[in-house]
Formats: sequence, structure tokens, C-alpha cells
Amino acid sequence: MIDVGLGHYLTLGAIIFTIGIVGIFLNRKNIIVILMSIELILLSVNINLVAFSIFLNDLTGQIFTLFILTVAAAEAAIGLAIIVVYYRNSSTIRVEEINSLKG
Amino acid sequence: MNNLNFISPEIFISLSIMFLLILGVFRKNGSSLIHNLSIGFLLITVILILNNPFDTAVTLFGNSYVIDNLSSLMKILTLLGGAFVLSISTKYLKISKIFLIEYPILILCSILGMMVMISSNDLMVFYIGLELQSLALYVLASFNRDQLKSSESGLKYFVLSALSSGLLLYGCSLIYGFSGSTNFNIIGNSMDSTHYGLTFGIVFILVGLAFKISAVPFHMWAPDVYEGSPTSVTLFFAIVPKVAALTVFIRFMYVPFFNMIDQWQPIIIFLSIASMIFGAVAAIGQGNLKRLVAYSSIGHIGYALAGLSVGTNEGIQSSIVYISIYMVMNLGLFSCLFMMKRNDQYFETIDDLSGLSKNHPVLSLSLLVILFSLAGIPPLAGFFAKFYVFKSVIEQSMYFLAIVGLLSTVIAAFYYLRIIKVIYFDEEKEKYDTDHSVWLKISLTFSTLLILLYFIFPSKLVEIVSRINLI
Repeated sequence: MIDVGLGHYLTLGAIIFTIGIVGIFLNRKNIIVILMSIELILLSVNINLVAFSIFLNDLTGQIFTLFILTVAAAEAAIGLAIIVVYYRNSSTIRVEEINSLKG
Repeated sequence: MNNLNFISPEIFISLSIMFLLILGVFRKNGSSLIHNLSIGFLLITVILILNNPFDTAVTLFGNSYVIDNLSSLMKILTLLGGAFVLSISTKYLKISKIFLIEYPILILCSILGMMVMISSNDLMVFYIGLELQSLALYVLASFNRDQLKSSESGLKYFVLSALSSGLLLYGCSLIYGFSGSTNFNIIGNSMDSTHYGLTFGIVFILVGLAFKISAVPFHMWAPDVYEGSPTSVTLFFAIVPKVAALTVFIRFMYVPFFNMIDQWQPIIIFLSIASMIFGAVAAIGQGNLKRLVAYSSIGHIGYALAGLSVGTNEGIQSSIVYISIYMVMNLGLFSCLFMMKRNDQYFETIDDLSGLSKNHPVLSLSLLVILFSLAGIPPLAGFFAKFYVFKSVIEQSMYFLAIVGLLSTVIAAFYYLRIIKVIYFDEEKEKYDTDHSVWLKISLTFSTLLILLYFIFPSKLVEIVSRINLI
């Protein structure tokens, strides 16, 4: 059995974080995917914080994680609401068709 | 119990948010009452802040919340900015049919978030304040929900701002992990430039903060959001969150990260130079005034960052003076935008300004003063703002930054002067309405006079700001 250390957790966090960032920029289809990518970024931060908190023997990181979870839920709610409002006006949520503002 | 006195402004404003929400639910057609009440509450909060003792820095809640000169001054600026935004936008909101109770309440929420952010001395408190501010701002950007442009701008702002919050949080987690604490002072003591984790954390936090103040290369949301949102929200975006985000920027750079100045200074100099040049060049081709304001605000943030990058108290003070004067100038500019109304329709392109001087000599004269000041022409306030920044930059012998700044001022002067040319020398159009609200007239007069007469007593503002010493 290999020993799972801080480095492994940080690598996992970094990989999920990268998937989230790439998901936002490479996604050409649907805004919901962007919402999921944002969620992934926040989760990777949570993994980081909890891992640090265990290895530092300090509770602050886990408290921070709880705050982030709460705020992420609020953010997802507002994001979905804005997407609904947008869909009502344009009847599409395809990313490449969101272009009425440019100059 | 004594401690609660120091956060009485925050407590008061959060209680008034709940009170206004309940009042708004139980009173039919109470929009204008709630609008006026929230302006009153903002002003009362200013008085509560002034009531606190100034010159001593007080830390609360286990050193996670700090009340000092910097936070008090910036809170007063945000509160006054919010009060002015609310008071001059009443008519605009009525005509755009978005005169609802939620509007002032959301503005109060975001201002509460900003106040928490400005005073934070801990990563967690900072994050909560930041999110309270941004969540309210997402909704404000898409407030005119039946309009495609407004909802699209809300959507864009949401996606990019959430992304930047994510980057910032990732940086926070790295900083926490490698320094062992979320408190700014403890982080500051354990900063050590040999640690790659900390350097990465600083870079991520810098990127996140640069998004929030829309510095190049993280500016792409600003023009779209400024153009799409309702004009009153654009005004709010252009002045109030900028002040709060700049304060946070200052606090991050000078309290926890100050030992790493060699690492962050080149990054901020780059952000500053890129913003100044981009803000000047990209605004040239713009026809829409709101979009133009977005680009000009990117440029102005570049100057404020130049003051921040020097690493001295004078530098911080100069960028605070800069952002305060910038606030006044934008307030005046938007008051003029609110006056461009004909038959219940607002106009927002440069062409609509043509020949304004023939029909509205007073309005065009104040627009002239404001635009000259934005371009930095002496003896107006905008010149002094730039002068202080460049003075502190040159004192640290950062000549390259100063030269680039001066050159981009010259380029930026072109598009401001072009608007003046359109106002004074182009063919006149139909007259605009003149039935403006009293508050709109007051704020235009106030900002124009302040810009015009700043040179008579320049030491007043400098004296207040010079009490801010972070190092």
C-alpha cells in the first residue's frame, strides 16, 4: 500500500481545479456546463483546504470549507436564476450564441 | 460589549436591510419610501462611522476584523457613493420600469459586503464579504430582466466573477496551507520568498483581485457588463466596487504579502502598464458612452495600480486620492448621461451628444470640465490625482512606469477631447428634456464644483489621506 500524503491530495485538488478552468474556456455548448465547472473549482479548493487542515492539525481550514460550501450553494442558485432569466429573453443557452454585446 | 460599538455601522446596515425587506413586503407600492429610507440609512451609517474614534487601529473578533483609518475612509467613500447612486437614479429607474423595492435593498447588501471586505483582516472574513458583494452585484447587473442585454450582461458577469472568485479561493487555500493561518498578520510574519506554494498563492490571489477591479488582462467582462446593465447599475459598478476592491488590493499587498514585495511588484507594474495602455487605446473607437466609460475606467485603474505598486506609504495615499477623485468625476459624467433624455427615452451614444452646447450650455460646460479632468488637464482635480501618483512613482525612481503613464495620458486625452469636439462643434440635434430631479442637478453641480475648485484647497484631501500609514 502506498502512503497517501499531503502531496497526493494537493495533486488531486490541482487536477480538479484544472478540469474546472479548462471546462469554462473550452466549453462551446451549454452554460450549465460552465456552472458545473465553477462548482468543480470550488470543490477542488475544498479538497485543498481539508487536506491542509488535517496535516496542519488546525480546524480553521475545515470551517473555511463549510463557508465555501454554503456560498457555493447560494452562487449556484443565483447562477441558475440568471440563466432562466436569460433563457426567457433569448430562448437559447448555447454559449456561442451569447453575443449581443460586443464592440 | 465595548467591541460592538466599533462594528455598529455594519450591524446597523444589516438590520436596516432586514427592516426594509419586511417593510417592502407589507407595504404595497412602497418603492419610493424604501428608496428614500435606504438613502437615509446609508447616511446614518456614515455618521456612525464618523462617530468611532479614528486614529487608533482596533482589531476585533480574534484579530480578524480591523477598524483603522484606511477602512473608515474607504467605508465612508463607498457609503456616500452608494447614497449618490441611489439618489440620482430614481427617475431613470421609474422610466425603465425597474423602480422596485429590491433595487435599493440589493445595493445595501452589496455595500454591506464591501464594508466587511474593506475591514477584513482574515481570509475567511474577506471571502464572505467578497461573496456578499458579488452575489448582490450579479442580480443588479441583470436587474432589467425583460431586456436581453441586461440579462446577458448579468450572465457574463456571473460566469467571469465566479471564475475569479474560484481563482482567488484557490490562492487562499494555498496561502493557508503554506503559512498555517488565515489571519493576515500571521501570514505576514510567516511569509518567506523561498516557498513556491506561497508565491503561487499570491499569484492566484492577484489574478482574482485583478478580475474584480478589471485590470488588463482580466478586463474582458467590464465593457460588456457596463454596456448591458441598466445605466444606474453601470454607475454603481463604475465607482463603488472599485473603491472596495482597491482597498482590499492595498490591504493584501501591504499587510500579509509585504515581505514578498519583490515577487508581486513586477506583476502589479505589468497590470498597471497594460491597463493604462489598453484603456487609452481601446476606447478610441467606441461610440457608446457606457462602453467608453468601461474602457476609461480600465485606464484609470491602471493609474491607481501604479500608485499601489511603489511599495511606500506615499504610493498608497496617492492611489487612494486617485480613486476618490475618480469617483467624483464618474459621478459627474453619469449625472450628465442621466440628463440625456428625450420623451422618456435615454440616449447613450457619442453621436447623441452632438451640438449639445447650443441647446444646453450649462450641461455642456460641466461635461467639458469633467472630461478635461478625466483627461488630466490642469488645474482640474484629475490632474492633481495623476500628479500625486506620478510623484510617488518617480520618487522611487521607477521612471519607465511614469513615462508609460504619461504617454497613455496623452493617448487617452484624444478620445476625451473628441467628445468635447462633438459637443461643441458638431451639428445640433433636438433638445433634451430639462425636467431633471433636484438630486441629479445637485450631484452634477457638486461634482463639477469639486473638480473645478479642487486646486484652491488641495491639502484638505491629502491631509485626511496622509493619516493612512500601513507600513
